[in-house]
Amino acid sequence: MARVLITLPQAARRGEVIEIRTLIQHLMETGYRPDAQGAVVPRDILRRFSCAYDGVEVFAMQLAPAIAANPYIAFCTVATHSGTLAFTWTGDNGFSQTETRTITVT
Amino acid sequence: MSLPSSLPCVTEISRRHAMAAALAVALVRPAGAQPERLAAVILAHTGGAAITPGRVTLDISPLVENGNAVPVTIAVDSPVDETSFVRSIALFNERNPQPDVFIAELGPRAGRAVVSTRIRLATSQKLVALAQLSDGSWWSDEALVVVTLAACVEG
Repeated sequence: MARVLITLPQAARRGEVIEIRTLIQHLMETGYRPDAQGAVVPRDILRRFSCAYDGVEVFAMQLAPAIAANPYIAFCTVATHSGTLAFTWTGDNGFSQTETRTITVT
Repeated sequence: MSLPSSLPCVTEISRRHAMAAALAVALVRPAGAQPERLAAVILAHTGGAAITPGRVTLDISPLVENGNAVPVTIAVDSPVDETSFVRSIALFNERNPQPDVFIAELGPRAGRAVVSTRIRLATSQKLVALAQLSDGSWWSDEALVVVTLAACVEG
């Protein structure tokens, strides 16, 4: 399991726009870099990130090798109701990780 | 490519290294092929629709010391509600080994059409940000970036 850092408010007012910042530990090996022996290191990147608000996808992003190591992604969404936000990263070599956070909306 | 000559924190040695690296990158690259590749990938992304410059703000430092992690923020000047919203925000580059950087899929629940991330830049180049609104129109912004330490191609 890769280490993940997710910053979002624990509570928000209904209709408020909240900013969500995510960081995941990942090498994002580009597939263009030679190793010490001169052989090209095979690509190993995260391909897709998505955020689902109680099962409804509110944000998604397709990533390319041009995304820096330990991908940082910040975006916004509207706090519509109390619920669970599920953050999913999928990538090469069968990588898949989902983290969930709850938010209280008043 | 012009390198800044008056940076106080850059030593002569590291500046020479950066220059040698930039020269190496310039030598192995086929000249002239890159702008066409950028135009082709934008055409494939938009499906040939007309693109208007404006409404998109591509916020990136014009001078980047380390191309391995370059903060970038793209904001779109558009209302975000059920009837009018931003469908997607995409970023493309001119001279990395691959022209695409990311494609973000937004929707009416985005609240604000703004995305931030950190990217890699292999050399000094042009970046193009594209946004598609819910009415199908495409908007763009571009930025020229000078990179002193290249990413992607070094060991």
